[in-house]
Amino acid sequence: MMIFAALKKRLKYFDLDVSLSCLPSRMTVMIGPSGGGKTTIIRMLAGLQSPDEGRVVFGDEIWFDSDRGINVKPQKRRLGYVFQDYSLFPHLNLFDNAAFAAVDKKEVDGLFDLFKIDHLKKRKPHMVSGGERQRCAICQALARHPRLLLLDEPFSALDVVTRRGLREEFKSLKGKLACPVIYVTHDINEALFLADEILPVVDGKKDPGWMQRTITREPKEGMTARGAREPRLALVY
Amino acid sequence: MDYLALYVTLKLAVVTTVVLVVLAAPIAYLLAFARFPGKSFVEALIYLPMALPPTVIGFYLIILMGPRGWVGGLWQAATGGSLLFTFLGITVASIIYSLPFAIQPMKAAFSKIDRRLLENAYILGLSRRAAFLRVVLPNSVSGIAAAAVLVFLHSIGAFGVLLMVGGSIPGETKVASIAIYEAVEMMNYTAAGMIALSFLPISYVFLLLINKLNEGARA
Repeated sequence: MMIFAALKKRLKYFDLDVSLSCLPSRMTVMIGPSGGGKTTIIRMLAGLQSPDEGRVVFGDEIWFDSDRGINVKPQKRRLGYVFQDYSLFPHLNLFDNAAFAAVDKKEVDGLFDLFKIDHLKKRKPHMVSGGERQRCAICQALARHPRLLLLDEPFSALDVVTRRGLREEFKSLKGKLACPVIYVTHDINEALFLADEILPVVDGKKDPGWMQRTITREPKEGMTARGAREPRLALVY
Repeated sequence: MDYLALYVTLKLAVVTTVVLVVLAAPIAYLLAFARFPGKSFVEALIYLPMALPPTVIGFYLIILMGPRGWVGGLWQAATGGSLLFTFLGITVASIIYSLPFAIQPMKAAFSKIDRRLLENAYILGLSRRAAFLRVVLPNSVSGIAAAAVLVFLHSIGAFGVLLMVGGSIPGETKVASIAIYEAVEMMNYTAAGMIALSFLPISYVFLLLINKLNEGARA
């Protein structure tokens, strides 16, 4: 099933006005500077916030339609949402966290194997590293058999090495997922590495030139890529 | 020693604590999470028993629970009996008297819970009520326990309110603090001293418990 959204919302510093879509088994990466409205967009897809105007359509279901007064609750959208951090339940161990809303609790073992946190099942979230917590958060979201997977900077609180490892694991996982995936990041490397489609969002609007402007030193220099001076960036090209 | 008065005190404190913990949890939850017009007025009203002199609370409760008050009147019409000077009457008084002490620690514990945990619970399909039971409560255990201990201590110490609403009927409304007062009035210092002494270990142990809970909450 495909997700399509056209969203308008008046925010404090700008008006958000974006439309996006994503096909099953594909990943749309939303990128842009912090405070540009990416998280607001993803929260509106999840139903945690409502747009002032617009539509969110998933397959043949309408999740939100301002004209017809439809607003499906987050509980009914059956999607997966991985937050930046702190979304695991502190009173439950990792296994119980992942099994919290699992369709079949037996699948959790398989997911833990896949994400290499099998040995940490009995640990509470505060007893494991940030990377392990985020692995568990992804397991929690996947165990619910989400129809749409949303990830809001899931690895940005992690150190560079862990982040790169997880990013690679996630890329290999992506092929196995049957649902659309929408991924938010402000990291250009990550976006280029993971995305099937990139949606740059600046001040609440789609800004196709943002990536170009960011990786070139000055807009006027044209194609002088900063990647040439920054080897790590160049690697991705 | 007046064991009967001690028994009434403990019974009253246990009943008050159990009722209040159950009653205050949803109210504290609303105060912590919900936004509605006039919320600060409602909140101030709930905390009022903490700010009023116990005899003033007692006075209003007499008016309300007396045969001509609307609560007492309804009660009399339904059961034929009086609310004043009964154990049920002092229980109601004790619950109102201790309400703020149940609400405050619970509200503080609920407010500390990260909003994102609730949002994640909703995303994972939990209704608001299920999220309260499965996420909010288990993560507020120390706050709820602190509320229970505070309410218990506060209600074993109640005096003025209970005396006004319940009088001093042995086995029914004569609690330990009233027994101490009456013993002193009759110059029976030994009897007063014995009851007073029995309070010391109870209160001390419960205070230790509160400290432990606070440490637990901080860790």
